[in-house]
Amino acid sequence: MAKKILMKGSEAIAEAAVLNGCRYFFGYPITPQNEIPEYLSKRLPEVQGTFLQAESEVSAIYMVLGAGAAGARVMTSSSSPGISLKQEGISYMAGAEVPCVIVNIMRGGPGLGAIQGAQPDYWQATRGGGHGDYRLLVLAPATVQEAVDLTYQAFDLADKYRNPVMILGDGILAQIMEPVELPEASKQLPEKAWTVGKNENRQRNVVSSSYPKVDELEKVNIRLHERYDQIKKNEVRWDSYLTDDAEYVVVAYGSAARIAKAAIKMARAEGIKVGLLRPISVWPFPIEPFQKIITQTKFFLSFEMSTGQMIDDVRLAIGNERPVYHYGRLGGVIPLPEELLAKIKELIKEVQ
Amino acid sequence: MGSIKIREERCKGCTLCINACPQKIITLASYTNSKGYYPATLADEDTCTGCGSCYTFCPDMCIEVYR
Amino acid sequence: MNKVYSSPKTLVDVPMHYCPGCTHGIIHRLVAEVVEEMGFMSKTIGIASVGCSCFCYDYFNFDMVATAHGRAPATATGVKRVHPDCLVFTYQGDGDLAAIGTAEIIHSAVRGEKISVIFVNNGIYGMTGGQMAPTTLPEMKATTSPYGRNTALTGYPIKMTEMLALQDGCVYAERTKISSIATINRTKKAIRKSFELQMAGKGFSVVEILSTCPTNWGIEPLKAIKWMEDNLEAYYPVGVIKAPKEVE
Repeated sequence: MAKKILMKGSEAIAEAAVLNGCRYFFGYPITPQNEIPEYLSKRLPEVQGTFLQAESEVSAIYMVLGAGAAGARVMTSSSSPGISLKQEGISYMAGAEVPCVIVNIMRGGPGLGAIQGAQPDYWQATRGGGHGDYRLLVLAPATVQEAVDLTYQAFDLADKYRNPVMILGDGILAQIMEPVELPEASKQLPEKAWTVGKNENRQRNVVSSSYPKVDELEKVNIRLHERYDQIKKNEVRWDSYLTDDAEYVVVAYGSAARIAKAAIKMARAEGIKVGLLRPISVWPFPIEPFQKIITQTKFFLSFEMSTGQMIDDVRLAIGNERPVYHYGRLGGVIPLPEELLAKIKELIKEVQ
Repeated sequence: MGSIKIREERCKGCTLCINACPQKIITLASYTNSKGYYPATLADEDTCTGCGSCYTFCPDMCIEVYR
Repeated sequence: MNKVYSSPKTLVDVPMHYCPGCTHGIIHRLVAEVVEEMGFMSKTIGIASVGCSCFCYDYFNFDMVATAHGRAPATATGVKRVHPDCLVFTYQGDGDLAAIGTAEIIHSAVRGEKISVIFVNNGIYGMTGGQMAPTTLPEMKATTSPYGRNTALTGYPIKMTEMLALQDGCVYAERTKISSIATINRTKKAIRKSFELQMAGKGFSVVEILSTCPTNWGIEPLKAIKWMEDNLEAYYPVGVIKAPKEVE
């Protein structure tokens, strides 16, 4: 077993990328994720990789497109406003079927907002984000270890589905230090026959999201949609805590789930039967685990550091079977477990 | 002594080759191709030198030059 | 008799979508001929931008990446960094390069990115229907400057290639035109120079090519060439703007 070492979330994400073959990083500074590019600017040259600081997020994402089209494992990272700037390129990559990994360390918004950790970009991340009918595979780690594991997997998933994959974290995850066990460096990367490069022994390749003939574009849309169905079938990830006998279920992802867990422990100590359902893949959203616990559950509480975005998916997962409530703090204010516990108690009173 | 072959179906009748020809032996045909353009045509086969000026100026790769 | 000139095999033998008399087709052929003559058909990667030339990925018979408006130099950066041994060029119009893509093009030059830029300037947005471009001349009419470009309202035409040449990372910048056999040959030489400098690892280079837009200018192809020389060239003089010593 590998030795555990203490790492900062952002640096652990960066190292996990390198361990799974990422040799190109293009990005632009923005808080609270700067430790990712800083780490890689040191680390990538050690493995004959390329770190390049672009003049903008827009430029960075198209460098990612170019490197991805050229067959490399490539990553970019940013935070909310920067991710907004990248959306155009992400849409082009989804359309041109170029794999890449995008790390979004969310902060408070809208606009310039604040640099503290928040979760206001759930809709943007899980609905595609840019123009056009597409989806990203979005993974939301709650611990540094999980960030390492999911970032590592993200490169395999991006290549498998030829689709961008997003790691959706927040300022807390990026800045926290925790012990982690790093995976082994991957030895063999998948062959990619569709990429551009030297082409002595094959037909020429074109990597493009341009389909001027509408019939052809409709077929592309159908093909992409079928691929998203495959992702929905194969890549749903979630975790639960004390849901077996739970009468009330808190739903939370990422850092919010850690706060929720603390609140649930406090509630359990008082004999309140609360559990936690934690989506790890926020797209595809885990629907089955909700349906399994609907009958035993009196209400669901979507706990997010936003005014309520994931709550839409929770409602879609359970329909009108049970009430769904929301609690959260906004703009980078980190909710305390005590606040959540008080909200749970208040709701229990209401439904009784 | 030269000759050219014009792919009339490909021609858009832009006349750039007509102007480029030093011998002034390319003209527009009196008929149209299937796209509706009057294609360029070699009017005088005997005086073509095969210089390639028409090829150089053709934006649509319609012309092959022989010598 | 032997065939002495015919379409290079670096072009796909399909009809192009360009309007009659548009010089894009000539410039495509020049690029393709240089790639063929240098023997680089199997290691050239072109980056198509957005505008009239966006479908050039259908015409160039080698690997192509089609990217977004203005972003070709950034895309080329990613491609070239992964395949430093390949010849990588962008093919961009003035609406693409000189407006929405100014940041990308300038910073590619600043970085000395080892790419070649084929910059086709006809002073107007062609594909979208003849709107005013940053390169549109003062008083020149376009569909979004129906009274002629008013410099008090919209400023002055942008001289991109001069600006690029100012950057230390740019090793070669030349402006040419498509107006005669001589200037077509001169343009081909410039493209070749740019490709050679790239493959020698010298840095960024740009060939700006003054061209026409008969359709949106509303002028017949031959008269459009004359108009380009009388007007566009008067504002954007042709010639070498910057070259390394060995080229001069």
